[in-house]
Amino acid sequence: MSSKSPLGQALGQGVVSGTHHWWLQRVTAIALALLGPWFAVSLLMRPKLDYAHAHAWLAAPANAVLMLLFVPALVYHSWLGVVVVIEDYVPTKSKKLATLLVVQFLHLVVGAAALYGVLKVALGSAA
Amino acid sequence: MADFNLPANSRYTEVPGRSHAAPAAAARTKTFQIYRFDPDSGEKPRVDRYAIDLDRCGPMVLDGLIKIKNEVDPTLTFRRSCREGICGSCAMNIDGLNTLACTKSISDIKGDVKIFPLPHMPVVKDLVPDLTNFYAQYAAVQPWLQTRTPAPPDRERLQSKEDQEKVDRPSACILCACCSTSCPSYWWNGDRYLGPAALLASYRWIVDSRDEATAERLDMVEDSFRLYRCHTIMNCTEACPKDLNPARAIAEIKKLLLARQF
Repeated sequence: MSSKSPLGQALGQGVVSGTHHWWLQRVTAIALALLGPWFAVSLLMRPKLDYAHAHAWLAAPANAVLMLLFVPALVYHSWLGVVVVIEDYVPTKSKKLATLLVVQFLHLVVGAAALYGVLKVALGSAA
Repeated sequence: MADFNLPANSRYTEVPGRSHAAPAAAARTKTFQIYRFDPDSGEKPRVDRYAIDLDRCGPMVLDGLIKIKNEVDPTLTFRRSCREGICGSCAMNIDGLNTLACTKSISDIKGDVKIFPLPHMPVVKDLVPDLTNFYAQYAAVQPWLQTRTPAPPDRERLQSKEDQEKVDRPSACILCACCSTSCPSYWWNGDRYLGPAALLASYRWIVDSRDEATAERLDMVEDSFRLYRCHTIMNCTEACPKDLNPARAIAEIKKLLLARQF
């Protein structure tokens, strides 16, 4: 038990801004609400979902550009959301910090790999 | 990792409770299942059963509790005062929902009347939770009028009817803690998240046209934990026995914090 007064404990250590985080979660959500259905419908409208069709789909400039928006929006939205979940449920500071680091690096790795894949197909020679 | 269990003094399953039968002459009976914990006994919490004669009891859950304390078991401990929903003392978890025992009708409850202390608070005894942190958080939002302009010498600080209506409902909060203790986010992060009651109080002063500390109040809650642990679960509004809307107040604070950036 801390010998701090109840009011001292309630006031804690001051303000850590949260509005920016909250706002970006909404902005990326709007982006995903538009790009998500496009992604699903656009792929499902392909006659077949094999490698050749997927490759041709991604090589089309419009699809590639939208994918370059979709992937970062998805990764960033997930990043923001998972950070909140960890802040909610991991009470120990050291574990919280370690979990946040691992999760954030994972998001960077997944995001980089996905963007690299899109760019490789989009900018590469016709398959 | 996360601690999803209730605090030790809130868990009771391993200890059998005691049963108190109703008088043999009773025609209409109702069984109250009541959480019992006595820190001095060294025993684990348990749930006791009391069958009471409804024909010799008032209509509200609080009437039943007072009857049990007076006639069956004087060790039963709970807070109560006004018995008309204005003091907020008898807030407890009844039939799975936080509410006031004095305004909850026994006849509204199907089956046994299950009564527990407000969830996820330290238990002092039986149905009495420790609300120290809850009150400290209320104090932390400085719930009083703050001005720099002196009051007019000849009258009160005036307010338009529209401006009064903005603070009219939020002012009706009786600080019973039904909302904050129904909020999962408050359960997990109650040490840093202010909770719906304190945020409703903050909102009540943020939108008060007479108050001149709006900027400081908004600065105070613009915090990843104090405010933004609200994930719009809305248990607070569901629980409020005064039909207030803390969830909306929190959403309005978020909108004000966003609007001032542009």
